[in-house]
Amino acid sequence: MFAGMPKLCWEDFKPGAVTEYGPRRVTREEIVAFAAEFDPQPMHLDEIAASTTLLGGLGASGWHMCCLLMRMISDGYLLDTSSMGAPGVEEVRWLAPLRPGEEIRIRTTVMETRASKSRPGMGLTKFLFEMLDSAGTSLMTMTTTQMLGRRYPEGPR
Amino acid sequence: MKYFEDIQVGDKYALGRHTFTAVDIKTFARRFDPQPFHMDDDAAARSHFGALCASGWHTAVTWMRLMVDYRRRMDEVALAQGESIGEMGPAVGFRNLRWFKPVYVDDTVDYTAEVVETRPSGSRTDRGLVMVRGDGINQKGEPVLTFLSTAFVERRTSKA
Repeated sequence: MFAGMPKLCWEDFKPGAVTEYGPRRVTREEIVAFAAEFDPQPMHLDEIAASTTLLGGLGASGWHMCCLLMRMISDGYLLDTSSMGAPGVEEVRWLAPLRPGEEIRIRTTVMETRASKSRPGMGLTKFLFEMLDSAGTSLMTMTTTQMLGRRYPEGPR
Repeated sequence: MKYFEDIQVGDKYALGRHTFTAVDIKTFARRFDPQPFHMDDDAAARSHFGALCASGWHTAVTWMRLMVDYRRRMDEVALAQGESIGEMGPAVGFRNLRWFKPVYVDDTVDYTAEVVETRPSGSRTDRGLVMVRGDGINQKGEPVLTFLSTAFVERRTSKA
C-alpha cells in the first residue's frame, strides 16, 4: 500500500466480522433541530404534543436516526475506506424510540461480500447495522450494501 | 391527514420540488455524511461521480420534509371544512430504497408519494398500516430516488 491509499478496501471486510462504534450522546436540542429542518412532526418537536402520539413522548425522527448512524459509521470506518457510495438501502426498521439524552452505539456486522460484475475495480459489501441504546436494546436495524474500491482489481479477494 | 379508511391504493400526492444548492449539499454532508464526494468539489471531480453530489440521505430527508408540509396543508383544508383529522405516524420503517443517479449541484428533484398497500394493524386495533412509494425525479425526467415506507395511520373508528 502506498501513501494516499485508503487504509481499508473491499478485501478487508470479511463476512461475520462484528465491530461497534460509539457511544454518542444524542441531545434534545439536536433531535428538535433536525426535526424542525427535515421532519417537523409534533412527536419530534414538543414533549407535550408528543405525549399523546404513538411514540409516547419526544423521540428522534427515524430519518435522524439514519443520519446519526451514517455519521457514526463514517467516523467509525467509512472515511478510512475506498468507499464509492451505496446504491441504496435494503431495509430500515424503527423498533423503539430514540429519546433525548440517550447514548447510542452502532453494531456493524458484515453479512456478505461479492465482486462487481460490471466494474472490476469495485466490490460490494452487505452490512447489517444496529443502533443500540445504553441498555443494549436495539432501536433500529439497517441493511445496506456499500460499494468499495478493491485493492487488487480482478485479483483474489 | 385523512383517516386510514379514507386512504386508497393508487392515491398519489404531488409533494413539490426542491433544488439542491452547493452550500446545502456541503452543509448537510458536513453534519451527517462527510464523504469527500459530498463535501469537496475537487475530490468529487476525481471520484467516480465526476462532480459534487448530494448525500443520498439528503435527497431522502427532503422527501420527508415535503411530505410533512403536504400533509399539513391537507390537514388545514380539512379543519377549515369542519372535518376532524387522523393521526399519522410514526413510520415502522422502509425498504427497497434506491439511489438511481447522483443529485448534482443545482439539480431540481420533483417528489411524489403513492399509496401502494393498506392493511389493518395486527398490534393496534385503532390504527392501520399504509405503505407508500416515495419517488424523486430530476429535471431531466430521470428517477433519482425511490423507496417503500410503511407508517401507522389512525382509524376513523378509533374516535367513534
